[in-house]
Amino acid sequence: MNIVPQPTFLALDWWALGPVIALTVGAILLLLLEFLPQRANGNRGGIVSLLTFLFSGYAVWRVAGEKRELFGGMFVHDPMTVFFTMLFCSVGLLATLMSWDYVKRTKINQAEYYALLLSSVLGMIVMAASNDLITVFLGLELMSLALYVMVGFRRSRLESNEAALKYFLLGAFASGFLLYGIALLYGATGTTNLAMIGAFLADTPLSTNPMLLMGSLLVFVGFGFKVAAAPFHMWTPDVYEGAPTSVTGFMSAGAKAAGFAALLRVALRALGPVMADWTQMLAVIAFLTMTVGNVTALLQGNLKRMLAYSSIAHAGYILVAVAAGGPEGASAAVFYLATYSFMNIGAFAVLTMLGKGREERVLMSDLQGLGFREPLLGLALTAFMLSLAGIPPMAGFMGKLYIFGEAVKHPQLLWVVIAGVLNSVVSVYYYLRVTVALYMKEPEGEPVGISWGAPAVVAIVLTLAATLYFGLQAQGLWIQAQNSVMGLL
Amino acid sequence: MAQLPWLSLLVFFPLAAAILVAIMPANAHKPIRWWATIAALAEFVFSLPLWWRVIPGQAGFQFEEKLDWIPVLGAQYHLGVDGVSGLLALLTTFTTLIAIIGAWTSVEKRSREFFALVLALEAGMLGTFFCLDLLLFYVFWEAMLIPMYLLIGVWGGQRRVYAAVKFFLYTMAGSVLMLVAILSLWFLQKQYSGIPTFDLQAFYQLPLAPSRQLWMFLAFAFAFAIKVPMFPLHTWLPDAHVEAPTAGSVILAAVLLKMGTYGFLRFAMPLFPNALEVCAPYIAWLAIIGIVYGALVAMVQPDMKKLVAYSSVSHMGFVVLGLMAMNSQGFAGSMMTMLNHGVSTGALFLLVGVIYERRHTRKIADFGGLWTVIPVYSVIFLVVMLSSVGLPGTNGFIGEFLVLLGAFKHSVWWAVVAATGVILSACYMLWMFQRVVFGPVTHEENRKLTDLSFRERLVFAPLLVLIFWMGVAPQPFLDRMQPALDRVLQMTNDRAQMMAQADATATAPLASRLPAAPAAVSVPAEQGGAR
Repeated sequence: MNIVPQPTFLALDWWALGPVIALTVGAILLLLLEFLPQRANGNRGGIVSLLTFLFSGYAVWRVAGEKRELFGGMFVHDPMTVFFTMLFCSVGLLATLMSWDYVKRTKINQAEYYALLLSSVLGMIVMAASNDLITVFLGLELMSLALYVMVGFRRSRLESNEAALKYFLLGAFASGFLLYGIALLYGATGTTNLAMIGAFLADTPLSTNPMLLMGSLLVFVGFGFKVAAAPFHMWTPDVYEGAPTSVTGFMSAGAKAAGFAALLRVALRALGPVMADWTQMLAVIAFLTMTVGNVTALLQGNLKRMLAYSSIAHAGYILVAVAAGGPEGASAAVFYLATYSFMNIGAFAVLTMLGKGREERVLMSDLQGLGFREPLLGLALTAFMLSLAGIPPMAGFMGKLYIFGEAVKHPQLLWVVIAGVLNSVVSVYYYLRVTVALYMKEPEGEPVGISWGAPAVVAIVLTLAATLYFGLQAQGLWIQAQNSVMGLL
Repeated sequence: MAQLPWLSLLVFFPLAAAILVAIMPANAHKPIRWWATIAALAEFVFSLPLWWRVIPGQAGFQFEEKLDWIPVLGAQYHLGVDGVSGLLALLTTFTTLIAIIGAWTSVEKRSREFFALVLALEAGMLGTFFCLDLLLFYVFWEAMLIPMYLLIGVWGGQRRVYAAVKFFLYTMAGSVLMLVAILSLWFLQKQYSGIPTFDLQAFYQLPLAPSRQLWMFLAFAFAFAIKVPMFPLHTWLPDAHVEAPTAGSVILAAVLLKMGTYGFLRFAMPLFPNALEVCAPYIAWLAIIGIVYGALVAMVQPDMKKLVAYSSVSHMGFVVLGLMAMNSQGFAGSMMTMLNHGVSTGALFLLVGVIYERRHTRKIADFGGLWTVIPVYSVIFLVVMLSSVGLPGTNGFIGEFLVLLGAFKHSVWWAVVAATGVILSACYMLWMFQRVVFGPVTHEENRKLTDLSFRERLVFAPLLVLIFWMGVAPQPFLDRMQPALDRVLQMTNDRAQMMAQADATATAPLASRLPAAPAAVSVPAEQGGAR
């Protein structure tokens, strides 16, 4: 392993850093362009953001096969970075598409919105690519600070303000925990470099060292907050409900994936030697997370709130894969994150189209009769719900299959696998409530208006295609997920 | 016909037809039902060669198709057919056709979506019967729920939402546990042979320690028992049947319930024979309780559809009992009862649907004296009712007789108690028939009832032919299913013996003692083995 800093920057390094550079430049460009006046309905922000994501994805894809350590081993370019960068760029791209008309109709079409979107994706990429606890923290803060603002972006709406404040306060605490954990880990091992922590722990068994235990626990709390694992999930429903719908969709996929990416890196690289002791604890947290999420989601009347609890439940499923441990478990988690991102963003993209003007029509009752009035929209939402419920032939099923297939290899995890599949039966109930409202109820009151917009439709079509394709033919993504973890630098 | 992927075409033709129907203009009711009927008819005609092209005596599966699907997992797109699945597939295509023609006038609202879903459901059912890969099986098994759920929930009666969600949740609850068992089986197979595969024929070769079989068998059995449905897990069925539209009820009764017993026969029993030995008495007694309980509850139903639904519980109890008898007669009887139940109960639901369409009530008390008003209907009702009772000369007799014979060979008490079910079925059916058809006309509205239209006669004609054909000359059916059934029986017994011996020689779990093959586990593109 080469941890000595490379003396020169190769062309390859520039490409590897392409996304980071492009996203930074894009964000600054957007802010500078604000000096030139534009119409309230201008597309400038969306276009810049779209191009930036496309370029970022292309840059990292160009050097996808390479492995490099940059900045003295603080930033790595390896298959996992590539996988997650591509994922985050897709998430950002889809978020831009679904924000396009949503921000216009809700009158928040400002350059800052897209600039924050870009910085938040930048933070996610840094989290996934970092090989050092300091960089992890840097990325996490970059992502979170941008998200705090985005959540409160509809500043005329009280719920939006409340959500932002809540998210910020709790998030600040979580960051504090994370930082404290990092400090303790540094105290125990003498380094913040993930690989060096791993090497240190492999040589020096410290599994009972309280400082190490406390440190890793606090680091886990920090990540647990970001991915909304129980008992650190309390912020999720309020924030998801209050945030602008497009932001909710973006953060539900992106922030969760980033949190897990960093968690997986830390778990695999640094704490790998002690992870075996963590299996049962993670399994218990996974069980709690999915049960709390699914049971609470059952009776939600607000779709955003329901999807918030459902996202907690999905964090629980992914934690089962983390508990299964090792590269196999990690690749199952990676696979699940990718499928989850597409189906969840798809569902939110449908939600952004509900309602005219500034109104927000995301109650279960707003969907009544929509399935036959707008067959294609109904079909898309049904497909996303079935996928989230894990019913074949949708991508969500393949994700669950992968996770439970890995976990079932460990006899001590059989209980959590059974709890997991039974949980997915519970979840079917509330996902079916959506289809019940869509197809089996007559509309009450004024039927919800649909704000059609080509970019959002494109986002729905793309996510729907991904959801169906990965459900029918998971091989490609499966291999990619495996490679991303196997090739970990 | 080695080149033409016949089974795949059979599976995907209805799906393609469903998509085509779904994109037709919504208000074109007439063309929609014509095209749906033509598609179902074409599918039926296309499936007819299953009757003569599937050679009964030939070992293994025929018309096999094998393609890599997810090579990392060893999951394959693997289809095949034998005597058992061939007959059930024929039943499926036949029932779908009948159900579609039967639903011509009853579905006026959203007919496009309705017919598309029925066709999609057909594709799912055929896939379930044909697939020989456990993952593929699971995919079809679950995917099939979606169209049925929507059929009940959108076109059903008053409490349709409750019934549809209950149907979905019950089936799903059973099958997710089966998924865990499938995954464990896959993992054991990978440990045993070093090659990951979901291939059913590979699993047939996999030795499993009897101690491990138990929970896996229970997981499979739970999934299938819910689908059958067996006694304590049957409560979704009356709700689903009563609320479902006629076509949905017909398909549900005729085909979907068979998936449970087919699952027992194809998967649960041969894969876990030692666990089966342990559990068979309990399952058989549950089946017997189901027979008697279903019949008793059917007797007191005021609603005709609910009565037929509970009679299904009773009849399906016979099917399971025949399987648990573990002998040639029992198996043949089960399989015959599956087909008979599909024909007779399907016909009964259609008959109930016919008068429901005219009177919008299914209460037995609302009818009476139909014989004088609508004689053709009454005669058909009589024949179908007698076949459901199991009168000799009709199809119902053959199946139940063989089941009882098989049960008797296994345990006299099984047969004795189960036989009361036959008597009880005569009670509830004849009593219902008497109240509905005989006597004076008690309600004035019933005088204006119109007899069966030409289309409806067309629906019932083939059903009557089948009832008598299977009743008088069941041999062609038995010839086709017997060799396949005997192979299942043989394999189950062989595997039971082999694994019991292996277990006797060593107490350690068998799979863990066998050296894992040297092949690298992580090689992604490994071919799942065909053995």
